[in-house]
Amino acid sequence: MTSAVSIENLNKSYGTTVAVKDISFKVEPGEIFGLLGPNGAGKTTTIRCLCTLAKPDAGKVEVCGISVLENPRAVRQRLGYVAQEVALDKILTGRELLELQAALYHLGSSAAKERINQLLQLLGLEEYADRKTGTYSGGLRKRLDLAAGLLHQPDVLVLDEPTVGLDIESRFIVWDFLRKLREAGTTVLITSHYLEEIDALANRLAIIDRGVVIAEGSPSQLKDRLGGDRVTLRIREFSPEQEAQKAREILQNLPFVENVIINNSQGNSLNLVVTRGNSSLSKIEQTLEQIGLPTFSIAQSRPSLDDVYLAATGRTLMDAELAAAGTRDLKAEKKQQMK
Amino acid sequence: MTQTITPSNLKATLSPKTIVRDRVEESTNPVAEFIQETLALTKRLFIQLQRRPSTLIAGVIQPMMWLLLFGALFYNAPQGLFGEEMSYGKFLAPGVIVFTAFSGALNAGLPVMFDREFGFLNRLLVAPLASRFSIVAASTIYIISLAFLQSLAIVGAAALLGAGLPNAAGLGAIAAIVFLIVLGVTALSLGLAFALPGHIELIAVIFVTNLPLLFASTALAPLSFMAEWLQVIASLNPLTYAIEPIRYIYLNNDWAISSVVMEAPWGSINFGGVLSILLAFDALVLLLIQPLLRRRFS
Repeated sequence: MTSAVSIENLNKSYGTTVAVKDISFKVEPGEIFGLLGPNGAGKTTTIRCLCTLAKPDAGKVEVCGISVLENPRAVRQRLGYVAQEVALDKILTGRELLELQAALYHLGSSAAKERINQLLQLLGLEEYADRKTGTYSGGLRKRLDLAAGLLHQPDVLVLDEPTVGLDIESRFIVWDFLRKLREAGTTVLITSHYLEEIDALANRLAIIDRGVVIAEGSPSQLKDRLGGDRVTLRIREFSPEQEAQKAREILQNLPFVENVIINNSQGNSLNLVVTRGNSSLSKIEQTLEQIGLPTFSIAQSRPSLDDVYLAATGRTLMDAELAAAGTRDLKAEKKQQMK
Repeated sequence: MTQTITPSNLKATLSPKTIVRDRVEESTNPVAEFIQETLALTKRLFIQLQRRPSTLIAGVIQPMMWLLLFGALFYNAPQGLFGEEMSYGKFLAPGVIVFTAFSGALNAGLPVMFDREFGFLNRLLVAPLASRFSIVAASTIYIISLAFLQSLAIVGAAALLGAGLPNAAGLGAIAAIVFLIVLGVTALSLGLAFALPGHIELIAVIFVTNLPLLFASTALAPLSFMAEWLQVIASLNPLTYAIEPIRYIYLNNDWAISSVVMEAPWGSINFGGVLSILLAFDALVLLLIQPLLRRRFS
């Protein structure tokens, strides 16, 4: 089966700035694929090359098996593009904008009318359709832009940071709509630097950092790959540092504990990375009991996409650790770096 | 329109065309598609004009002021200075017609530049346009309509000021000449809108081209008044090739394609020659901007 989007060894530089370096990933038909990465990672450049707005320096970019370089027009017919910054002509009404868009995709006038009405209704825009887009709120603008991107029933809808700057309610409307779109068989490619957005929506994702793909897979695959679960332990509500140190030394020697960090800013709580298993918590409690320390609270969780992101973008992990955990275990850090 | 969304038509609405139908209809008629997209883009410009008419109002007031002020400036010039039986008003009207059309066309790139800066142009560039020349065509249709309205106002005002009124054939010829100069300059301005980094640069270019091209043409004074070097420049200026035939029409009711309408330093040029030069100018500009339209934006 032909991939909906196939990008192989894409390279793109602007002057001396390398925006994208050897990026490769494939999006399969009918899935929501997320491109996750911090601002400036190269997500938008990748999208621009895909949508025929920028010419790749090297590499292969295909939509439904069609090369963007060889047949850009056929690619444009199959793609819907919703840019990060919604660009509407504020003097046109929503309906007029959609009519313009329909003509640019060469829909017949009766087909256009029908599609426009359907999409206005689906996106809850009917009562705003005949108002000038200059009066729209951010959420309305985004919904109108979504409708515009879908008028010609594209095979792949590409959304660049679809919910940046939106209020929570609008964000959920967009998420819900994208899920419906997937159910109907449309392939969706979204970029985001919101972890929870990709976690909530994407079947698979690629993490991009500084122009390079550094991880690819389904959210749960990536989390599993990180290995251990996370355990947050408080000896007391506010533990003295000495006690926390003592606990760490003991716990570090347990066979299933990979790493222990004391978090000064959280009342000297202990953050542990442990091998997945059911008995870790009770064993930790027992160990503490043996040296006469109580347990105020203890909780175990799977790594979040947040942890994946931090682990994958080492730089951010460091920053986050510096900010969050006052004391760092250099030995354990070294151990982690070598993994 | 009240219609309930059932899961089945929800699916039909949101599914890709390739799933709903067997295959995507291949593009049928590129000419029809070009016309469709051009008309849609033109409609947008006219909706903008209708809801924000100040450009048009200013565009009609300005040439009236030119006529009035320049006419008054040379009011006491010696009789016959601009040729036998030619008042300055009569001399000036063709210059104002062409200069007004030219200024409008020179500004044609600005809305496109703003579309580029606001990201609206991306909407056009990711769409499967039959040809990006539809963007040029739409702007040309829009600017030419404005130029016709302005020219009509100028011709009327000039007639009231005593410059006389060309006959129907003459008016038709004026329209054709205005069309040719607007087409070339509009295309040039759009090319700049695609090539320059931003609207500041475009406005700078418009600034340094607009008035110098006016003064280096025969709009305000005949070639014979000018220093020789300026005569050469004015004879290279496309505006001159639009002004002189219109001036000839204003002066002679019985003009023909073979009528000599201007005396360039290198010889006399007839009506047909002037039209050919304007056509060649248009063709050259359209050819020049082609790579700019095709270029993908970085």
